[in-house]
Amino acid sequence: MDHSSPAGRIFRGIALALVLVFFMFPIVWILLMSFQTNEQILRIPPRILFEPTLANYEALISGQLKTAAGNLQISFMRNLMNSFLLSSASVILALLLGVPAAYAFARFKFRLGETIAFTLLSFRFAPPLLVLLPLSLYYQQLGLNDTYFGIVWVYQLIALPLILWIVRGYFEDISPDIEHAYRLAGHSWREAFTRIAVPLAGPGIAAAGLLSFIFCWNNFVFALILASADKQPVTVGALAFVTASGIQYGQIAAAIVLSVTPTLLLALYAQRYLVEGLSLGAVKG
Amino acid sequence: MGMLEIRNVDKVYHTRGKPDVHAVRALDMDIRSGEIVALLGSSGCGKTSTLRMIAGFESVSSGSIALAQRPIHDLPPAKRRVAMAFEGYSLYPPLTVRENIAFALKAQQLSRAEIARRVDDIARLVEIEDILDHHPRALSGGQQQRVSLARALVRDADLYLLDEPMGQLEPQLRAVLRGRIKGLLAERGMTAIFVTHDQTEASALADRIAVMEDGVLQQFASERELKNRPANLFVASFIGEPPMNLLETAVAEEDGGFRLTAGSDVSFHISRQTLDVSAQQALVQTDRIKVGIRPQRIAIGSGEARLRVVSNQWLGDQAHIAGECAGHLLVAVTSSKVAARPGDVVPCALESRHLHIFGTDGVCVRHAEAR
Repeated sequence: MDHSSPAGRIFRGIALALVLVFFMFPIVWILLMSFQTNEQILRIPPRILFEPTLANYEALISGQLKTAAGNLQISFMRNLMNSFLLSSASVILALLLGVPAAYAFARFKFRLGETIAFTLLSFRFAPPLLVLLPLSLYYQQLGLNDTYFGIVWVYQLIALPLILWIVRGYFEDISPDIEHAYRLAGHSWREAFTRIAVPLAGPGIAAAGLLSFIFCWNNFVFALILASADKQPVTVGALAFVTASGIQYGQIAAAIVLSVTPTLLLALYAQRYLVEGLSLGAVKG
Repeated sequence: MGMLEIRNVDKVYHTRGKPDVHAVRALDMDIRSGEIVALLGSSGCGKTSTLRMIAGFESVSSGSIALAQRPIHDLPPAKRRVAMAFEGYSLYPPLTVRENIAFALKAQQLSRAEIARRVDDIARLVEIEDILDHHPRALSGGQQQRVSLARALVRDADLYLLDEPMGQLEPQLRAVLRGRIKGLLAERGMTAIFVTHDQTEASALADRIAVMEDGVLQQFASERELKNRPANLFVASFIGEPPMNLLETAVAEEDGGFRLTAGSDVSFHISRQTLDVSAQQALVQTDRIKVGIRPQRIAIGSGEARLRVVSNQWLGDQAHIAGECAGHLLVAVTSSKVAARPGDVVPCALESRHLHIFGTDGVCVRHAEAR
């Protein structure tokens, strides 16, 4: 397997380490920042060694932001909860709508099928800012402004096309004859869909769900315009750290760490599942 | 009693922006209970479409299909009482081989012991007992094919459809399995249709062979009938190995019959007595007509015709001698070695009683004498 010389292997190790440091540095630095006070962070030159403090996390969790100009109320934990709620609801809704649709697009050729599929994808082409103005006007008239339902609905623009197109590919890779064999054994097409097609496309559905969860989680501009303070996700909530008396770097770092954690855990968990699913592979048989 | 009755079935595939594909045309077939039928043809001839229409994965564009006196062409696949082995195996990846075979039986509501017994029986028949606890992805193509075959044969169904059931198997195993499957089908009186492009397989396994081409059923008969009395040019040239030699001949009337001339040294006298009315009409109406002769019927070593040898192959039990004769490339098969090298000219004999005569529309108007 490994034909390279010892020198080559050492060189490769160094190269890998450099790449790893390059990509991991910002994340590690933020992690370090989250345990420092603002003064420690702004020291010049910066130091790696410092006395760690949990003050940033305490402030976030208690909702009391201490600044030079006095105490500020922030609703970071609520924002975090909102992010979680909005993203999960959006992904669940998109899966419920998108997986059957993806199956239909994969299995059946129908009039305008490709056109509809492409139109759904094209929602991803348009810059969000382009649709925001008309959308917020409509939302005001419909009374959907500043409602969870309204935001989840808009998040479908992000999640649905992604799920539709990724899952469609997975369904197309499954031989329809596997379902045919199941149906001949006395099952309806609905059973073939739920018991054969969906489980076999499981890794793809998980990947699409995870990706769209991350995209929803990271969305900023829709929530900024369409949601007020109590329904804002973390991405918008982070603006609160830019205060009159300066930017609260330590708390921002802690907020980032906290808001990255759920998606990171989800990704780590799903990754195991994805790798397992992909190595199952050979669905085409 | 007709088990499967296919009446005037057409299948047309419509694709937007492309011309319609007429995959099956006016198909009429009657299959008796307990009969094993082969659908034989080159790829794209409509044989798999026919199978899929019977199974219910393709709708019929027009016509009707009845199985055991029940019209089935509008029923969902689950209600047709049909079992099928797929060309692509289509095993369910997360299940073991045993579970794959057993899930075909789930809907039949059998006891656990009965299911286990049946799975073991069929596994022994197709020689997969040792891999019953493996997952499909760990199997070779040939093993997967046998599992797929087992999954179809284990069920109780009115009709068994097998799409290229043995294409992936080694020749030796194929011969063994053919015998066993034929035995199983016969013993249980199972009615089966299988698709193949392999004539040997069709001859070995089937009671009757349906030859298809361009979506049209060319002839539906026993292997012997196909060989001795091919319905038309297509069947004549498709069935038989090597294929039938075809010669273009000039037709002239002469005493008591016709003279068909292929070249200076090859001509045939066809007596009127051996021709029926339509055959005589066909010969009167044209001055050029195609005749065919099986390679096994060309005698090498004697005769008036001259064959300029192009190649001479000894296949271990027969010799294939290809050569030019009267402006045609002919192949002769002999059971013993012939000492002839490329370039040599050897005498050969083509007898008129061995000729199949084809009308201008390709229909065979006179068959060669049966041996």
